[in-house]
Amino acid sequence: MPENTAPDGATSIGAPHIEFRDVVKRFGDNTVLNDLNFTVAKGERVTLIGPSGSGKTTILRLVMTLEELTGGYIHVGGAPLQYEDQGGKRVRVSDKTRRRTTTQIGMVFQHFNLFPNMTVLENITEAPIHVMGLSKAEAISKAEGLLEKVGMSDKRDFNPSQLSGGQQQRVAIARALAMDPEILLLDEVTSALDPELVGEVLAVLKDIAAETDISMLIVTHEMQFARDVSDRVMMFDQGSIVEEGSPEKIFSDPGHQRTRDFLHAVL
Amino acid sequence: MNESWWSWDHAAAVLPMLLEGFFKYTLVATVLGTLIAVVLGLIVAMTRRVAPGFISTPVTWVVEFIRMTPLVVQLVFANLVLSPYIDSTLAIGIWVLGIHYTTYMAEVYRAGIDSVPKGQWEAATALSLPLLRTWRAVVIPQAIRSTLPALGNYAISMFKETPFLVVIYIPEMVRVAQTYGGDTFRYTESITLAGLIFLVASYPTSVLIRRLEKRLA
Repeated sequence: MPENTAPDGATSIGAPHIEFRDVVKRFGDNTVLNDLNFTVAKGERVTLIGPSGSGKTTILRLVMTLEELTGGYIHVGGAPLQYEDQGGKRVRVSDKTRRRTTTQIGMVFQHFNLFPNMTVLENITEAPIHVMGLSKAEAISKAEGLLEKVGMSDKRDFNPSQLSGGQQQRVAIARALAMDPEILLLDEVTSALDPELVGEVLAVLKDIAAETDISMLIVTHEMQFARDVSDRVMMFDQGSIVEEGSPEKIFSDPGHQRTRDFLHAVL
Repeated sequence: MNESWWSWDHAAAVLPMLLEGFFKYTLVATVLGTLIAVVLGLIVAMTRRVAPGFISTPVTWVVEFIRMTPLVVQLVFANLVLSPYIDSTLAIGIWVLGIHYTTYMAEVYRAGIDSVPKGQWEAATALSLPLLRTWRAVVIPQAIRSTLPALGNYAISMFKETPFLVVIYIPEMVRVAQTYGGDTFRYTESITLAGLIFLVASYPTSVLIRRLEKRLA
């Protein structure tokens, strides 16, 4: 059971860190997710694999409130994220309450999305100052620590446009970590990088996975990385979970033909 | 006509009067009118983007109405309606100029705001930045960057339309020139010099804007 892997039972009180309950997501007539149910335990690292268009990225975007749920519920740390069930009525959670929950969630994007009008340092201190209420000095010293961790200390006063893709992504990781997230969403973070830059980003992420107990929901095409950091792998196809299990099981001995075909195509 | 077509004496006599009209009215109207348009234009563009339909739809109608009617008509109309309440004709003129150009600058801002990639909004959401902070720190700085040249061009265009203030009897520079011509039957010097003053003021500005455009591109 994934619940057993939770390292911090005291605060989670056994409740899953992320819970999808009967989640439906449609874009117009196109149903991307249909009645999806799964949970992520506190501290668990879950990788979503599957062909493109299978709804993996949509799952991450729903957790980050970048997409609106069509049906069902998502709970984060026991609290309703987008909608709540009030005696059978599905009620929208206010933006303010949503934001209180999303401050615990960080996301790293495929295309980095650094703010080009700010320096590397300002990118990282922006949210700690204006969301967490840190003083400028506190935010800077925190950012400097994170820049050191991702090996970007010497670039603190650069503009994002002066950096390589791998460097930008490492800054984006530092920016997400500056909010002390309890959940980190990694959305194909190496897909836009030149092949020779993928390693530096994955190395940083492996360190973070080893040194922290942040819960992670990962969408990636880097199967070796998925194998190294995940506690559990979920294979998606057409908006549903085909099968799930430990990385050893899924990658070495998949139970479904659909998974075998997919792994055969990508490995 | 046996007089020469150009008289340096008349030119020297009218120049100080023209400069007075220029600095006291033309320049003041342009600077304050631009200020109004730059600020209100941004507010209109943001309103049309974030406000619910029952607010943004009427705003759109008003914007279209102002864009589709001539500045001169707006000046005369506003002066007729407002002069019992507002003493300063110049103030009325400045507000009409400012609001007229607000509608154009709002369109420029809208294009600038639309040019900010969706990923920037999403990164702001992922950091839980409040909406106002997202606008102030992320969207507006990036939107302004691409709109500066167009905003500058509208400021120059407003500058060149200040002579319309003559229809509400503001003694701006071109009116001074005409009055001088009427009094002395010497129009050549006064109108030529007024034109030159416009040229001297707007040409360097437009060169500056073009340079800015190149640097931002």
